[in-house]
Amino acid sequence: MGKRVLLVEDEPNIIEAITFLLSREGWKVESHTDGATAVERVNDLRPDLLMLDHMLPGKSGLDILIELRSDEQFAALPILMLTARGQMRDRAQAEAAGVSRFMTKPFSNTQVLAAVRDLMSL
Amino acid sequence: MASVNLLIAVCLIYVAFLFAVAFAAERAASRGRGNWLRSPLVYTLSLSIYCTAWTFYGAVGYAARSGMEFVTIYLGPSLVMIGWWWMLRKLVRIGRTQRVTSVADLISSRYGKSNVLAIIVTVMAVVGVTPYIALQLQSVTLSLSIFADPTGVTDGGMNLLSAGFWVALGLALFTVLFGTRNLNANERHDGVVIAIAVEAVVKLVALLAVGIFVVWGVAGGLGEMMVRIDSSEIGQWEVDSSRWTALTVLSGAAFLCLPRMFQVLVVENDDERHLHIASWAFPIYLMLMSLFVVPIAVIGLDLLPANANPDLFVLTVPLSQGQDGLAILSFLGGFSSATSMVIVATLALSTMVSNHVVMPIWLSFQGQGAAVSGDVRNVVLFSRRMSILVIIALGYLYYRVSGGSGALAAIGLISFTGVAQFLPAMMGGIFWRGATRVGALSGLLVGFAIWIYASLLPSFGADVVMSQALLDQGPFDIDFLRPQSLFGIEGVDPTVHAVFWSLFLNTSAFVLGSLISFPNPLERLQGAQFVNIFAHSGHARGWSGSVAESEDLMVMAQRILGGSEAQKLFRREAQKQGQDGHLPEPTPDFLQRLEREMSASVGAATAHAMISQLVGGTSVSVQDLMAVAHESAQMLEYSSQLEAKSSELSTTALQLRDVNAKLTQLSVQKDAFLSQISHELRTPMTSIRSFSEILRDSDGLEAVDKTKYASIIHVEAIRLTRLLDDLLDLSVLENGQVSLNPATGALLSVIDHAVTTTQAGAIRAITIDKSGIDGALVLTTDLDRLSQVFINLISNAQKYCKSENPTLVIETVVKHDEVVVLFTDNGISIPADKRALIFEKFSRINDQDGSGAGLGLAICREIVARLGGKIEHLPILKGNQFAVHLPL
Repeated sequence: MGKRVLLVEDEPNIIEAITFLLSREGWKVESHTDGATAVERVNDLRPDLLMLDHMLPGKSGLDILIELRSDEQFAALPILMLTARGQMRDRAQAEAAGVSRFMTKPFSNTQVLAAVRDLMSL
Repeated sequence: MASVNLLIAVCLIYVAFLFAVAFAAERAASRGRGNWLRSPLVYTLSLSIYCTAWTFYGAVGYAARSGMEFVTIYLGPSLVMIGWWWMLRKLVRIGRTQRVTSVADLISSRYGKSNVLAIIVTVMAVVGVTPYIALQLQSVTLSLSIFADPTGVTDGGMNLLSAGFWVALGLALFTVLFGTRNLNANERHDGVVIAIAVEAVVKLVALLAVGIFVVWGVAGGLGEMMVRIDSSEIGQWEVDSSRWTALTVLSGAAFLCLPRMFQVLVVENDDERHLHIASWAFPIYLMLMSLFVVPIAVIGLDLLPANANPDLFVLTVPLSQGQDGLAILSFLGGFSSATSMVIVATLALSTMVSNHVVMPIWLSFQGQGAAVSGDVRNVVLFSRRMSILVIIALGYLYYRVSGGSGALAAIGLISFTGVAQFLPAMMGGIFWRGATRVGALSGLLVGFAIWIYASLLPSFGADVVMSQALLDQGPFDIDFLRPQSLFGIEGVDPTVHAVFWSLFLNTSAFVLGSLISFPNPLERLQGAQFVNIFAHSGHARGWSGSVAESEDLMVMAQRILGGSEAQKLFRREAQKQGQDGHLPEPTPDFLQRLEREMSASVGAATAHAMISQLVGGTSVSVQDLMAVAHESAQMLEYSSQLEAKSSELSTTALQLRDVNAKLTQLSVQKDAFLSQISHELRTPMTSIRSFSEILRDSDGLEAVDKTKYASIIHVEAIRLTRLLDDLLDLSVLENGQVSLNPATGALLSVIDHAVTTTQAGAIRAITIDKSGIDGALVLTTDLDRLSQVFINLISNAQKYCKSENPTLVIETVVKHDEVVVLFTDNGISIPADKRALIFEKFSRINDQDGSGAGLGLAICREIVARLGGKIEHLPILKGNQFAVHLPL
């Protein structure tokens, strides 16, 4: 059974691109656009990997990350964070909060796939 | 008949004997075998310097002239010793605790270590006591002359003045030798004290011997004597109560205030318990001294010619009976009285002059020039010695100038009245905490002035200093200012008059001055210390917050106390503190003690200044320290400069902080802006890159998908382009670099153009109601820019108006000199908390709506502002209303 990936992202086109890429590799991709309810969604879905945009409506990716990591059951959840803001401080904050991988948009497809593979095999 | 030469030989031997005694005492004291030197007996005998030649010779003369009145001179001190010994104890305790070195030091210390007071007291003391010293010189030469001419009528052709000179020189020598042998911290002089005690015995023995001879040798027994007294004029004496009271008070006051009495009573006191014995022993001594005064006077008046000087009966009576040996003994008694007074008085005065006048001047003078490397002790000793010589020279000079005028007793009383002026400041100082420096100063000055005016100057006789006219009619014929009848008081004895007015006005000025002035903190502290001395002895005003280095203090102390004394003191203090070595911690206690030790050598004010300098300073070297006065002025200036600098710096720091805060704020804004732009640019780029890679790398994509992905790339590229256009537009507008192209046109046509533009290719349809537009309105403005604003507002309504039947009403309202174009939709109202933000860059009400970068309204605001109007969002119940104000 294919592993499940939850993609929290508010840009429809980026959702489409990532969904296309990961589905082709055999993973099951669920997407969610609202930051405020993202943690609930993770709780419901129990994905194998969480891809998290940094800038989200409702609640920032960083806050979602911190909330998840404070929960014992998501301490080991692989989380790949994507950001378009390109600030060094964002990366530092995310790493401090326990992100598994941090990528800056725009990314190359191979990079994303490699990262996802990496995190899945852990 | 003893020759004058024999007499001089006896004198010399006697003086040599005194030197030997003093020397032996000093040796014994320095070897630590001097306990007996400090017995209550020696203390009591040393008090006998109260009995000067004036008392020794003059009492008999006084009795011969005024009967029993001479007793008052003994009565005053006796009453003080017996009745007020507890007050003396307080004085002694204060003197010992505060290391007081003189009357001047006491008064200066009490009133906040004021050197002005010290100087005034010193000057008063010198002026008051110099005639007294002259009197002693006169008595010695006069008594010598008796031996040349026993009748006492002429001076027998002897060169009295040169005799006076040699006596003065001898006394100066003795005082310098034993008074300034070393600088003792406790300011005690064992040699001098023991010599005085010996002299006290000599004068008592001499007077008793003459008395016994007169009663039993001449009169023929006590009974006979009483008969002769009764039959003489002296027996008929009457008590003038005002004179008796005044003289008793005066002698009591003088006993306390005379510098020489203060020296032996307080400064030389070793143990305050000695006062217990002295309180009865000294009155007995005085009683013995006065025992035979009346018999000698009566016999003298009987035996000697009427023109014989009664002041010399003590000598002339034995001489007239052929008792040369007794006369020589009597002479030695008078000589002892005179010399002991001069020695101690000079010692006391020289301490005052040196500590309060010479040293401060020297120190401030040194401060002007280069640093001093010498030993201050030598300077202090030198200044003491010079002071001694100058004071004795002054006495001699006074003696020369006055030419031996006036009866001895009169000079004595004038001197007494002068020094009695210290009494209010002294007593007030130790009993009344409210006494202040101002009070003391005014009391002393007033008392001193009246004394000079009413007592000292008239005493020279009419037409010497004061003219007869002045004495009779007063200055400028002002009757109530007549020197000897001040304020209309007539017919009072001059002495009583002077004592009353000077002390009364002195005390009044002192009390009044104290009541109306406020003491400074040091005065308050010292006042409390003095008045409550028994409550906290040994805890003088404290040093605190000390940063003084012990080494620096040591160096300074060595200069002033002498090497071995200073080391001893420091070692002792270090031991007391439980420290090894010889450097104690500069604790407040230690500093206090050091100050006291030093004040004995250089005076309280100077010692305080020196230690303050070290304790308060940062890295003060001893050389710098010597520049006390000068440097403190410099320090003051320097510190005020520093203060100015520091306030300047803090102002600058404040400005910098403001600038920094602004920069930080700007930096935060810049960061936020860059993050926003980055996000807005990278987001479409992400889609473009990702889909272009998909198209490039994926084989076998369906045609539909290919088209779909290509169109996503296309849309995102357009989005990017628009974003860049908007950014550039905004940047140009914000920088004010935009150039407007004003043209005149109908407002309606501009709106029509905007509606047409937006309606073409619109995804959502919106009904636009233009019925409220005044078609006649014509504007002169940049019509293209205005159109851009309208397009933006209409397309926003198209995009965001969520309604069953989306409608946008466009209408115009003319107000005064402007037209307001209203765009009202029926969508969901912008939440109140977002309203303030909608015109800011990158602000979007809801991120999920559309793909706008949030720059549209920011651009609108900039454009309208350039056109001279404004744009605002008006809250309405349902929907949103934007109002564009444009100038007409």
